Amino acid sequence: MSEAVIHDHDSHDDHHDHKPTGIGRWLFSTNHKDIGTMYLVFALIMFFIGGAMAMVIRLELFQPGMQYVDPQFFNSMTTVHALVMIFGALMPAGVGLANWMIPIMIGAPDMAMPRMNNMSFWILPFAFTLLLSTFFMAGGAPAGGWTMYPPLVLQLDHGFPFLIFAVHFLGISSIMGAINIIATVFNMRAPGMTFMRLPLFVWTWIITAFLLIASMPVLAGAVTMLLTDKYFGTAFFNAAGGGDPVMFQHVFWFFGHPEVYILVLPSFGVISQIIPTFSRKPLFGYASMVYATASIAFLSFFVWAHHMFTVGMPLTGELFFMYATMSIAVPTGVKIFNWMATMWKGAMTFETPMLFAIGVLFMFSIGGFSGLMMGITPVDFQYHDTYFIVAHFHYVIVPGIIFGIIGGVYFWLPKWTGHMYDETLGKWHFWLSTISVNILFFPMHFVGLAGMPRRIPDYNVQFTDWNQIISLGGFAFGLSQLIFVWVIIKCVRGGEKATDQVWEGAHGLEWTLPSPPPFHSFTTPPQVTDATAHS
Amino acid sequence: MSFNKLKQTVLGLIAVSLLLVSGVVSAGYGDTLNLIEGVTPTSQKVYELHMIILYIVTIIGIAVFGVMCWSIYHHRKSRGVTPATFHHSTAAEITWTIIPILILVAMAIPATKTLIFMEKTGDAEMTLKVTGYQWKWKYDYMEEGISFFSALHPDHNEVRKQGSGLDPNSVDNYLLDVDNPIVLPINTKIRIVTTAADVIHAWWVPALGWKRDAIPGFINDNWTYIEEPGVYRGQCAELCGRDHGFMPIVINAVSKEEYVAWVEEKKAEQEAAAASASKTFTKDELMSKGEQIYGTQCVACHQGEGQGIEGMFPALVNSAITTGPAADHIDIVLNGKNLMPAFKEQLNDADLAAVITFERNKWGNYESTTGNGHTDVVQPADIKAAR
Repeated sequence: MSEAVIHDHDSHDDHHDHKPTGIGRWLFSTNHKDIGTMYLVFALIMFFIGGAMAMVIRLELFQPGMQYVDPQFFNSMTTVHALVMIFGALMPAGVGLANWMIPIMIGAPDMAMPRMNNMSFWILPFAFTLLLSTFFMAGGAPAGGWTMYPPLVLQLDHGFPFLIFAVHFLGISSIMGAINIIATVFNMRAPGMTFMRLPLFVWTWIITAFLLIASMPVLAGAVTMLLTDKYFGTAFFNAAGGGDPVMFQHVFWFFGHPEVYILVLPSFGVISQIIPTFSRKPLFGYASMVYATASIAFLSFFVWAHHMFTVGMPLTGELFFMYATMSIAVPTGVKIFNWMATMWKGAMTFETPMLFAIGVLFMFSIGGFSGLMMGITPVDFQYHDTYFIVAHFHYVIVPGIIFGIIGGVYFWLPKWTGHMYDETLGKWHFWLSTISVNILFFPMHFVGLAGMPRRIPDYNVQFTDWNQIISLGGFAFGLSQLIFVWVIIKCVRGGEKATDQVWEGAHGLEWTLPSPPPFHSFTTPPQVTDATAHS
Repeated sequence: MSFNKLKQTVLGLIAVSLLLVSGVVSAGYGDTLNLIEGVTPTSQKVYELHMIILYIVTIIGIAVFGVMCWSIYHHRKSRGVTPATFHHSTAAEITWTIIPILILVAMAIPATKTLIFMEKTGDAEMTLKVTGYQWKWKYDYMEEGISFFSALHPDHNEVRKQGSGLDPNSVDNYLLDVDNPIVLPINTKIRIVTTAADVIHAWWVPALGWKRDAIPGFINDNWTYIEEPGVYRGQCAELCGRDHGFMPIVINAVSKEEYVAWVEEKKAEQEAAAASASKTFTKDELMSKGEQIYGTQCVACHQGEGQGIEGMFPALVNSAITTGPAADHIDIVLNGKNLMPAFKEQLNDADLAAVITFERNKWGNYESTTGNGHTDVVQPADIKAAR
């Protein structure tokens, strides 16, 4: 292509900020901002679909006895709730934030591979159509748990190939997204934007992207083996044919544990942007944050078997995975302490993003503590597969990851829309969510320790009172999220005009752009110096 | 509502929920809050370890959250503070790396000791083999040759049906009672091996202090030593399909003398059952026995009126199997098909003859086929021939 053509194209965009119109703008989009928006909207829709399933679960568990659904449908609810939330809500929300923010944080005009970006988004609606269509098939939706353990998963009837292909599609989408992020950050940083000047959100996403590339193919391999076991007479996971059902669990969790960090690291990245901004003080220990994140990611490949201590491993194996699991507490602790030190002697204000970030600090820590308890193999033999683990991972995921993502949305919403959101409603959203999420998940520790197994549709009457409190907390949490939708719609439609910097303590390239940023930004790369680098 | 008012509401709500929790605790729900100590040396070691770690993380939690709250209160812009500008301190960072490592090492030492103790499965005085089925347990006393299935108590099975209208409080130990409990002697080192016939299950009695997966095609080794007589209840802990929540475990731990007496009684019972396999029964005998077996073995899927569940479990009313040739009916019950389990290991010839006879006559299945050469009575000898 000739110089003249490029120049002509550039000036065209600069002067008119030309946007495609109609449905084509979204279907054929190659713009990182539009694709980011689509990811985020998709994630929000899936959050409510997965949430509705959780409401069915809590309704049935409100009292002992079977009132509303068949046990098989109950199992479908727990299974598909998890698949929808993990692959439909959390991961796309993280990728959506990355799409929107990474190019404007590093001073790039767009993602490195805009067409692939379009494809990695548009695979998702198809994948979830496949998955959710199984509800209308003979044999019903997947009901063997999101972990898809054989032989149970092989009993799924017509829905089985749809489940497998949905997982394949989700994996392809994630891998393409990850490649795009790595290519963008490695090749398209503005002059002067060295690696150690990258905002921490970008760092957490590079590490997440490498985790995705390393772990998603493993999941694809595992589910392909399931497919051939069911239809093509192989016996990878069938002892009668020389296979081993536990091998699936090893392969699955070799993906599954890094997946936990794929979900949580972007949220850590978001709160690493929010806390310095509202503390009006630079992030404490930037370099050690980067190294701690990388260590967590590295260690995450050596702890998978702590998900399966009860399968009957040799003593040496159990000891190895216990020590490795405990060691993850060290870099995670470093991160928590660094955030605390960032707040220390700052001048804090508590706008909604900061409230959500502080919520993450407190409640992710609670999930971390129960995680440490479960890392101790001999006591995990009691905790395993009870409501204690349900409490643990929901503390990590809901007030840990989802609060981080919601905090990020509040933080960047004025930048995206050009309007300030309604601060009072935002604070209502935070406080109602925080109270209800604790009523929802804290008592699960108690019923779990007292002996209530997870994934059961009915229970002994001694668990009734706690389950009623848990269900009420669940309904309250579900309803509180409607405030979030209201705030977003209100903010998109109008509101107080946001300044370029938006927040008094905000630093970084994204805050130098107008709010909202033009359709094409940084077509001429900015020059980054120490003074203008991360906060 | 102004934000100050919101804050007051929030604090009020927190106070109310704290009151609620303390009320629940003081009203005698203490036993629904924590792990039980159990009745074996293992469970007590596990309980102690659990409490040590719980105290450690609680203390760390109070310290960390305390510092955070102090900082949030004092380092606010509204107090007119100017932010400091420091952004790292090597000394602080080394300190908060080293201290957690030391705490973790202190936790790992007792954990390692307990784990090594739990894995010593040798020197057992007897062996109990546990096999998980969808959705019941089979127990084999290897030395005594005793073998039986243990499933959810039929009364509980009635209560737990959707829309049964029965109150779960009307039965004792709802969902935690079985038709055939395991009887085990106290003060005896018992080896418990777990495996499964279909999918993965997990055998868990909290009072013993551990759970272990039951995996088809593999055997897991465990042990226990019960110190106090009593009834100990547990459940399957690994999702194993539709009725995962309905396959409890009950151990009746008795003195060694009582155990020996129970073994004799159980052996005599099994011999009587074996003798009945060569007998010929009347239709009425088969029907009444068959109804009982249907109620424990078949009703979960094929439902009380044989109507099944559409799309999952076929109806037995006027179906091709129940109204067709007896050989096909016997074959599917013996060998299973798709989700239908194979019952040939689970039931003896007399029981199988009874339940098949019941299904072929109930719900008008016989009347609808009279004159078609439909076989209405199946005898144990027919089952034996088909095996």
